[in-house]
Amino acid sequence: MEKKNRKGAVLFSAYKRGEGIKKAIAKSREDILFEIREAKLKGRGGAGFPTATKWMIVSAANSDLKYIICNADEGEPGTFKDRVLLLEYPELVFDGMVIAAYIIGAKNGIIYLRGEYAYMKKSLEDYLECMREDKLLGKAILGRNGFDFDIEIRMGSGAYVCGEETALIESLEGNRGEARNRPPFPVTTGYMGYPTTVNNVETLASIPHIAIKGGEWFKKHGTDKSTGSKLFSVSGDCRKPGVYELPWGTKISELLKIVEAENTKAVQVGGASGVCIPQSQFERTLAYEDAATGGSIMIFNESRNMLHVLKNFMEFFVEESCGQCTPCRIGNVKLLEGVELIKKGNYTFAYINQLKDLGRSMQVSSKCGLGQSSPNSFLSILENFKEEIFNGYGGSNGK
Amino acid sequence: MLVLEKNAMTEEIEFLVDKYGKSRSSLLPILQDIQRKHNSIPDFAQQEVARVLDIHPVEVFSVITFYSFLNTNPKGRNIVRLCQTITCDMTGKSSVAKALERELNIKFGETTQDKKITLEYVNCLGMCDQGPALLVNERVYSKVTPEKAVQILSEVK
Repeated sequence: MEKKNRKGAVLFSAYKRGEGIKKAIAKSREDILFEIREAKLKGRGGAGFPTATKWMIVSAANSDLKYIICNADEGEPGTFKDRVLLLEYPELVFDGMVIAAYIIGAKNGIIYLRGEYAYMKKSLEDYLECMREDKLLGKAILGRNGFDFDIEIRMGSGAYVCGEETALIESLEGNRGEARNRPPFPVTTGYMGYPTTVNNVETLASIPHIAIKGGEWFKKHGTDKSTGSKLFSVSGDCRKPGVYELPWGTKISELLKIVEAENTKAVQVGGASGVCIPQSQFERTLAYEDAATGGSIMIFNESRNMLHVLKNFMEFFVEESCGQCTPCRIGNVKLLEGVELIKKGNYTFAYINQLKDLGRSMQVSSKCGLGQSSPNSFLSILENFKEEIFNGYGGSNGK
Repeated sequence: MLVLEKNAMTEEIEFLVDKYGKSRSSLLPILQDIQRKHNSIPDFAQQEVARVLDIHPVEVFSVITFYSFLNTNPKGRNIVRLCQTITCDMTGKSSVAKALERELNIKFGETTQDKKITLEYVNCLGMCDQGPALLVNERVYSKVTPEKAVQILSEVK
C-alpha cells in the first residue's frame, strides 16, 4: 500500500514537520501534559499504560539527566506498523520525542532500532540532520533558550526480548538483554540509573497531533476506555494486507471486510503473544478492554492448519526466550513438545490438561512479558479449535 | 592470528572505543562494528575489547552469545536470512528455502565452502504484508519467489 492511499483520522491525517513542536512550546509544560492526560492516550506497544502518568512521574523526578527512549524494537510476529511510521512518517515520531523532551525536561533521546531494520538507519540519521538544521533538534530548539535535546540511534542485534522495556535498557547499557526485576521502574531508575521513559513508536507519533488539536479532539475517536485510533498491521489470508488506521472499538468482522478477507477461520490478535479468535467471536471489538493488541492482526482462512500455526508460534518462543527465568525457559519447550505430541497423535488428555496448567502458571510466574504472554496462543488455539485439533488426525484435518 | 593481524585488530578496537566512548554502554555498538567488518568476533577481539573497556572477557563473551546477530565463530562473507514466521510461511517460505538449499548445496545454518554465503533462518522481519521476506546482510527483499531468491544470490559478492 502506498502512502498516498493511506487514510486515517488521527495518525495519517495531514501534518507538517515542526508544527506540533511550535504549538507545544507556546504552552507551558503542565498545559501540554494536561492535554495528553485529557486525551487518555495509552501506550501503543500493547501493555496500555497511560502515557501521561508515565511522563508525569519522570517530569516530577529530581534529576540532572533524564532519558526518552523510543522503542523501535518491533519484533512481534505480524507487526510492521513501526516500519511504516519510521520510513514514511518520521516527522511524527521525532516531533513526538521532542515534545516529550519538553514535557519531562530531558536532554537526551535514544531510538532503539531493531537490528533487522538496519537498512533504515541511514535515512533516519539524514532526517535527524535535517531537523538539526531547522533548529528542531540540538541547542536552543526553535530559539528557546534552555531547551536542548538531541536524538541518537542505537541498534539492536536480533533479540525479540529487548522489546521489553527493562531488557531494552539492559541492552543499551551493554549487557545481555535480560529483563530486570520491577520495581524499581524505569521511570525512576532507568537507563544508567536515571529517570527514563520508554515509549512505543506509535505512542510518540500520536503526540504531535494531540499537541495541535488537543485532547478533546483525540478523545472523540475510539471508545471510552480506548481513545484515539490504532494502526493495525494486517497480514495473512486477505486481499489487501498492510497498515490500516482504524478507531479503537472496530469489530473484527468490520476489519475483515475492509481488508477483503474471505472464508476466514481465525484471527490472531496481538501477534504470537496474543490470542487466537475463532469465527464465532468475530463480533468482538479491538480495544484495550476487549481484544487488546499492539497492532498485529494475522488472518487465517479455512485451508490453514491451526496446529501448524501454533507450532510456529511455540518454536518462536523457544528460540526467543532469554532463558533467565525457569517458567519461560523450560515452559515454552514443554509446550512445544506438547504440540509435537498432538501432531503425532501420541498424547493423552491428562497430559494436555497438565500442559494447560503449566501455561497458566507461566502467565503468573514468568519474570517479564515474554513468558507471561507466550502461553496465550497455546491456550486459546487449543481451546477454540479443539474439534479440529483433537480429531484423531493430529490436527491435520486431512489438510 | 598473525602478530600483524593482532596489531591491526587492536588498533581498530582502540579507534572504535575512541569513537563510541570508553564505557560499558558502548560495548554493543563496538561489537556490532567488529561483526560487520569481520563477520564474527574472534577470541582475540573479545579479549582486546574487554581490556580496553576494563571489563572481564567473559562479560564480552556472554553479551555476544546472547544476540543472534553477533557470533564468535566465523561465518560467510554474506549472511542470507529467510524469515520463518507464520505469515511468510503461509506465502511460500518452504519453496524459497528449498531453492536456496539446492542452489547453494548447503542446509540452513551452514556456510558454503568458499565462505561466501551463510544461510540462516530469522524470526519476523516486519515484512508480513509482503512475504516471504529475505534479509541479505542489511538489505531486505520482499515477495521473494524461488526464482527471485536465486537471482538475489547471484548478485551477492
